[in-house]
Amino acid sequence: MSEEKQQVSRRQFLNYTLTGVGGFMAAGLLISPIRMAIDPVLKPSSVGDYANVGLAVEDITTEPTRVDWKIDQVDGWYESEVSKAAWVFKNEDDEIMALSPTCTHLGCVVSWEGSEKYPNEFFCPCHDGRYYKDGTNIEGTPPTRPLDRFEHKVENGMLYLGNAQERGGA
Amino acid sequence: MLQKIYDWIDERVDITPIWRDIADHEVPEHVNPAHHFSAFVYCFGGLTFFVVVIQILSGMFLTMYYVPDIENAWKSVYYLQTEVAHGQIVRGMHHWGASVVIVMLLLHTLRVFFQGAYKKPRELNWMVGVLLFFVMLGLGFTGYLLPWDNKAYFATQVGLEIAEQVPFIGEYLKTLLAGDAEIVGAQTLTRFFAIHVFFLPGALFALMAVHFILIRRQGISGPL
Repeated sequence: MSEEKQQVSRRQFLNYTLTGVGGFMAAGLLISPIRMAIDPVLKPSSVGDYANVGLAVEDITTEPTRVDWKIDQVDGWYESEVSKAAWVFKNEDDEIMALSPTCTHLGCVVSWEGSEKYPNEFFCPCHDGRYYKDGTNIEGTPPTRPLDRFEHKVENGMLYLGNAQERGGA
Repeated sequence: MLQKIYDWIDERVDITPIWRDIADHEVPEHVNPAHHFSAFVYCFGGLTFFVVVIQILSGMFLTMYYVPDIENAWKSVYYLQTEVAHGQIVRGMHHWGASVVIVMLLLHTLRVFFQGAYKKPRELNWMVGVLLFFVMLGLGFTGYLLPWDNKAYFATQVGLEIAEQVPFIGEYLKTLLAGDAEIVGAQTLTRFFAIHVFFLPGALFALMAVHFILIRRQGISGPL
């Protein structure tokens, strides 16, 4: 660097000042609207409560059965009852499995033995997606990961279901 | 970096003359507050524009939460006010800005009036300005209904009855505004929303463009 003093010209000084003041005003103007717009991302996700699905644990067999129940959903200013569904059964280890009926391919609804061609499997009618009984997707069919599994707990002999959790891909 | 991007674009589409036309012009001494402090009166037009920009921005963001429906309008505004971070501030900007813009508009009009700046050759721009004033009043009137609370409802009731007083066409005018001959309700709210958010802003932009082009063509009126 030369020893020459780096002079700031009048033009540069005015440019910096105007840009600074303009930027400050624009930021002051936009900060609240932007914070408001991104609020949904920053809101803590509501922890799903367990809901009594009206099924006694002793009635659960090894055959997957469709269970429907309703939860109260708060969507901004709109509150409503929405239906949820699960396929519930006991697996070989006598453990309760509650699988989400939402196909992991594109979100259609799967059914247990939904196709006569594929007994003992979950079947999705949209693109012939198939899953084994434990929810694992069958290689070569569209789904890329197993059916989601509901968190569950048992209270007073009744089954309670929480949020559906994703499981690792096959 | 920015300079490079600018140069890259400028080399291809030659944008420098465009922004020169927009931004590069001399401010006459008599409108520069640095020379005569009393020249601050020339700021009111620009301040009106600045507040309009605030109104447009805050309004755009408000429609992310607002629903123009009689079941949900009030609830969505209440949700915005109480549950959404900074929602109160953004609605506050729009609420208070609506009043400030009218104040600035009046001050700007008074300056033009008392300086006689509307005289030949600027009569046309005065007329465009008056139309802008009406559009702004229309925005205030239609926006007032949107929160769908008691104040909004009864203010609109009164406003519609004022419209009804117009000779001969009054009743039709009221029905046209309210969307129904008797009821101030669902159809009134959607109409007012459409007018507030699409029709009047469209008119506002067009008139503002004419207003500004005329100023640039005719220049600011000379010193008193």
